[in-house]
Amino acid sequence: MSEVLATYPIEKIPTGIPGFDLISLGGLPKGRTTLIAGTAGSAKTVFAAQFLTEGISRHDEAGVFVTFEESPEDIRRNMKTLGWDIAKLEKSRKWIFVDAAPRVDDQAVETGEYDLGGLLARIEHAVKSVNATRVSMDSLGAIFNHLTATTLVRRELFRISTATKKMGVTAVMTSERSDEYGAIARFGVEEFVADNVVILRNPLEGEKRRRTIEVLKYRGTYHQKGEWPFTIVPGEGIVVIPLSAIELKQRSSNIRISSGVEELDRMCGGGFYRDSIILLSGATGTGKTLTVTHFIQGGVTNGERCLLFAFEESRDQIFRNAQGWGFDFEAMEDEGKLKVICEYPEVSGLEDHLIRMKDIIAEYQPNRVAIDSFSALERVSTIKGFREFVIGLTSFIKQSEVAGLFTATTPLMGGASVTETHISTITDSIILLRYVELFGEMRRGVTVLKMRGSKHDKDIREFTIDSGGMHIGKPFRNVGGILVGHPVQVDGAEIDRLGSLFQEDGR
Amino acid sequence: MEKYELQLFITGQTPPSQRAVSNLRSLCEHFLPGKYEITVIDVLENPQSAENERILATPTLIRIRPKPLRRIIGDLSETQKVMFALDLAPRQELTPTQENDK
Repeated sequence: MSEVLATYPIEKIPTGIPGFDLISLGGLPKGRTTLIAGTAGSAKTVFAAQFLTEGISRHDEAGVFVTFEESPEDIRRNMKTLGWDIAKLEKSRKWIFVDAAPRVDDQAVETGEYDLGGLLARIEHAVKSVNATRVSMDSLGAIFNHLTATTLVRRELFRISTATKKMGVTAVMTSERSDEYGAIARFGVEEFVADNVVILRNPLEGEKRRRTIEVLKYRGTYHQKGEWPFTIVPGEGIVVIPLSAIELKQRSSNIRISSGVEELDRMCGGGFYRDSIILLSGATGTGKTLTVTHFIQGGVTNGERCLLFAFEESRDQIFRNAQGWGFDFEAMEDEGKLKVICEYPEVSGLEDHLIRMKDIIAEYQPNRVAIDSFSALERVSTIKGFREFVIGLTSFIKQSEVAGLFTATTPLMGGASVTETHISTITDSIILLRYVELFGEMRRGVTVLKMRGSKHDKDIREFTIDSGGMHIGKPFRNVGGILVGHPVQVDGAEIDRLGSLFQEDGR
Repeated sequence: MEKYELQLFITGQTPPSQRAVSNLRSLCEHFLPGKYEITVIDVLENPQSAENERILATPTLIRIRPKPLRRIIGDLSETQKVMFALDLAPRQELTPTQENDK
């Protein structure tokens, strides 16, 4: 990628904002001004501040923060919650404020023609005094409220943008917009900093806020198109989630691991593949959590580290259930072989879940990850957001080369959930658990629907659950329509007749 | 009458800055002969003082004395407005609220 970019004349500087450099193919155009436009609360100030803090911490580049709206004191305080100690950066001469925020006693009478020469001189002075290479100006709208001659102010801001170019600094200017999908910015500011525009959005979709970032244009250079989800992480700031920028580079191994149930391994043709994603789908009560418990037990027995994200049950419930089937989760945790994370899906947005889960996986370095239930996370997101989450998480898990078992809750009598629609093509294996009504009795059935790169059992087998866990038995021979949730009993003689009809096809 | 202490921030030789200097001089000469003191500060030469006074626009005129501080931006070509802002307008033109302000 870098080789391709090197042939284009416009150089970019990496901002250091996680993910942004990926979607912008290298960062912000060097020595130019980029307009960051967004509605109220879309994290413009955070972007502007993070552009400087990342420059300082990652590249040791000093920065100038020109504030038109909030006082430096407010910014210092607000950014502290994100983990940035601006006062300390100021002391070490890496960060300098140019305070252009209006104060009550600054109210001025306008009498005739003027320019923003004072502001420009101050910015130049600040850039020189700390030898800055980055400048953030936040936010332009405030200056238009402060001074009445808008045409003049527009012209002057253009002059400032040209002047920063001459100084050789890379600048961002933030500006308000009134609609998420409307004019780029208020006051026509896009007309003077038109080279590069990045838009931050915070739209309300189905009662949920979903932050996105889009590089709208980079004059003379390339960038990824479209909106990308991002979130604000305490201690880190903006983290962009570059979904399709994820490369399909995971290796695939032929090593098999045990599902924890011998018979299920046999049905899968010898166990799951070590770095595969397995989707376990079934209605509530069909034995999904039990299968997960077996999966963990299988890992721990094999000396592997297991991680369980539980979104439906509490720790106590999970441990008690495991106990009921004869597994001691507590002992596994004490050994350091198991980590159980319980959370309600509602505690945060899906983007935050994704980042937290990635962090935990990266930190704990498990061999197996189980998510029970994956579909519970649908509740806290829009369909689009959920799809992005699924892709983001599965690709991350695959890259970490761990086995992932995700459960999806389906309607009681079968059928597909939203989760399955989005995830089924990404997963390597799909296992279905279903209720089967037989002679007025409820039984449970299990089948391996898909097993990428391997032969597998095509039967739907009956299984029972007792204090020893899951026991898989014989195939249902005289029932049809189990998968769609309408079991129909078929005459035994009819099965034999149908079987003999298709004998040639190798079964 | 208290002596007027005025600071005028300008940017070098730009036309508005030069106009502001001459407008201010003639205004003071006319209304405050011998009772004023003007300091002209070029922000290009002295950016730190612009920083200290938080100057955005140039020219900016600051009335240091008499109190309270007053800020006037622009080339001071609108004489009536300038006089009013500096309290140089004849007293009878003041509205009662402005009277109370003093």
